Amino acid sequence: MRKRIIIIGATSAMAERCARLWLAEGPADFVLVGRDLAKTERVAMDLRVRDPKAGIRALAADFRDPAGIRALADCLWSQGAPDLVLIAHGLLPDQQACQIDLSSCEEALLVNGVSPALFAEAFAGHMERTGGGTLVLIGSIAGDRGRKTNYVYGAGKGLLTRYAQGLQHRLAATGVAVVLILPGPTDTPMTAHLKGQGGLGMADVDAVARAIVAGVAKKLPVCYVPGKWAVIMMVIRHLPRFIFNKLNI
Amino acid sequence: MMKVTSWGRLGSLEHEVCFLSDRTGVPAQVRAPPGGQAPGVCYGMGRSYGDVCLNPGGLLWNTAGLNRFIGFDADTGVLTCEAGVLLRDIQRLFIPRGFMVPVNPGTQIITVGGAIANDVHGKNHHRHGSFGDHVLRIRLARTDGSVADCGPDLLPELFAATVGGIGLTGVIIEADIRLRRVAGPWLDTELIAFENLGEFFRLSDASEAGFEHTVSWIDCVSWGGGRGIFMRGNPAVAGAGAGRALPRAGWFAVPFVPPVSLINGLSLRLFNMLYYGMKKRTTGPSLSHYEPFFCPLDNVLEWNRIYGPRGFFQYQSVIAREHGLEATQAMLGEIARSGNGSFLAVLKTFGDRQGPGMMSFPRPGVTLALDFPNKGASTQRLFERLDAIVREANGRLYLAKDARMSRDLLESGYPRLAEFLKHRDPGISSAMSRRLMGG
Repeated sequence: MRKRIIIIGATSAMAERCARLWLAEGPADFVLVGRDLAKTERVAMDLRVRDPKAGIRALAADFRDPAGIRALADCLWSQGAPDLVLIAHGLLPDQQACQIDLSSCEEALLVNGVSPALFAEAFAGHMERTGGGTLVLIGSIAGDRGRKTNYVYGAGKGLLTRYAQGLQHRLAATGVAVVLILPGPTDTPMTAHLKGQGGLGMADVDAVARAIVAGVAKKLPVCYVPGKWAVIMMVIRHLPRFIFNKLNI
Repeated sequence: MMKVTSWGRLGSLEHEVCFLSDRTGVPAQVRAPPGGQAPGVCYGMGRSYGDVCLNPGGLLWNTAGLNRFIGFDADTGVLTCEAGVLLRDIQRLFIPRGFMVPVNPGTQIITVGGAIANDVHGKNHHRHGSFGDHVLRIRLARTDGSVADCGPDLLPELFAATVGGIGLTGVIIEADIRLRRVAGPWLDTELIAFENLGEFFRLSDASEAGFEHTVSWIDCVSWGGGRGIFMRGNPAVAGAGAGRALPRAGWFAVPFVPPVSLINGLSLRLFNMLYYGMKKRTTGPSLSHYEPFFCPLDNVLEWNRIYGPRGFFQYQSVIAREHGLEATQAMLGEIARSGNGSFLAVLKTFGDRQGPGMMSFPRPGVTLALDFPNKGASTQRLFERLDAIVREANGRLYLAKDARMSRDLLESGYPRLAEFLKHRDPGISSAMSRRLMGG
């Protein structure tokens, strides 16, 4: 069986690595959607070399246009129900800049939270009707509790946590799986400027992608990658405020 | 700023690191700022041993994010890929499709850009030359903002300067490489024990015509040195190895840096004795997977940690064939006298061909690669004695391994140096170029 996979935000390093792994697992056709067609096409070229038999299409879309998102989902769906939809886009804003400039703040909230949620909503309706498929959202551990160093990003990603919970509740009786991936800091171009700043270190993007692919295969409702973050974030979520507020995190 | 080290772990120094990940953006990213120059150099997987990939206090362009394939022509075997693609990834993808990287160095965990810039060689040098012999085109970003495509027939001088040019002619963005057809991942291999260097040279001479791959491990600790294990092999026929288990990938990692080097007189003696004894018992023909045959240490992740916090040097020389026996004997004698043994001593004869690059390491002769824990002055004194032998034998040292050679040894070993320097990009500088080339 050839898998049909749609990836929104296909130029994200995590999404790209997942695509390579899915392609190596077995025959698959991909629709890659990105904001920048040339960059998305470069990801597609790479996948075509990896499997010349795979059907790989690259498309560009406006990620902030609800009508466009609806039309794209409808159009892609009409070409055949996908087995898997991965919604992976996001951007890591500068927290300080967001506090000063509300349009940066708005962009971060829209790109990390609203836009992926709209894509999820657009696909969820189709999936509910056909009663199958897996919808994967990339959230973040930053969405688990707002912290002064990156709560704008965290709020956007946290919106996805709530949204995934709601979709899981709504689709519980169907065959649709909704998987929420919560990565910790990962070594990707998005975080390149943070490297060397100490802290807990960054996970290797290949290892993260392998964990995502494994979590998706198991249809886990929530999947922290690497797994240690499940424990760390449980502690952070439950820290009493009088302690939490003293932490410089 | 980030601390960055090379494979020898001789120091961990602060660098300003710029991560390249979008090939069309590279020219803008490496372009020198107007007015002030901030020279940088490329860093791939950090597998070179010395300071060729380092630029302490300055800029490093990290190419690991340039890891996309661009195109592959199954009729000609020509692969186009970005400079940060790993040889390992090419092998794993293409060997099942009947193609392989034509030149396999001792580790596959290196980038295509690094393989070109150091013009790496493998066990099949006598048959297939070095990596640069299989490169058809290089796309280079220069720090003046220009982009140049070069190849054997296109700007051939820039190409010859870039192959083996230790990254100093520009930033390699992508390349076309001609892969070789292979039947599968298996090799028919044979181990032969030898008792002295004379036997080694006889075995080499007898094997080069009939075997694509030849290399030897030598025991440079016991009995004055010179005994060893000669390994030779050829690609196995189609269907060989069917049903055999594939080797496990990365099954062991050295988990931390021990406080002192684990390589000392006692462990060396023990290791060399055991290794020789073990291998001697398993001599004869067998079937080997290419990964353990080409890259036996790739499965021990971070093996460079065993040398402890002070790191280690690799000393790899090549000397003319006519001096081969005496000079190698003399070097092994110096090592034995110094009490510094080498854990991994590798001896191989190169084929009768000059490298494709002005600064290519391989040349006709015999190459000896040695690892030494960094014991400070005593290690340096040993190197100076080895240098004298290399110089005497018209030899040269491998830049990818070097952290300490002198400028005059570079000049005597690399006669095309002056020609090469004309092609340098003024916005590129490394710790090695400042040490050896005055800038």
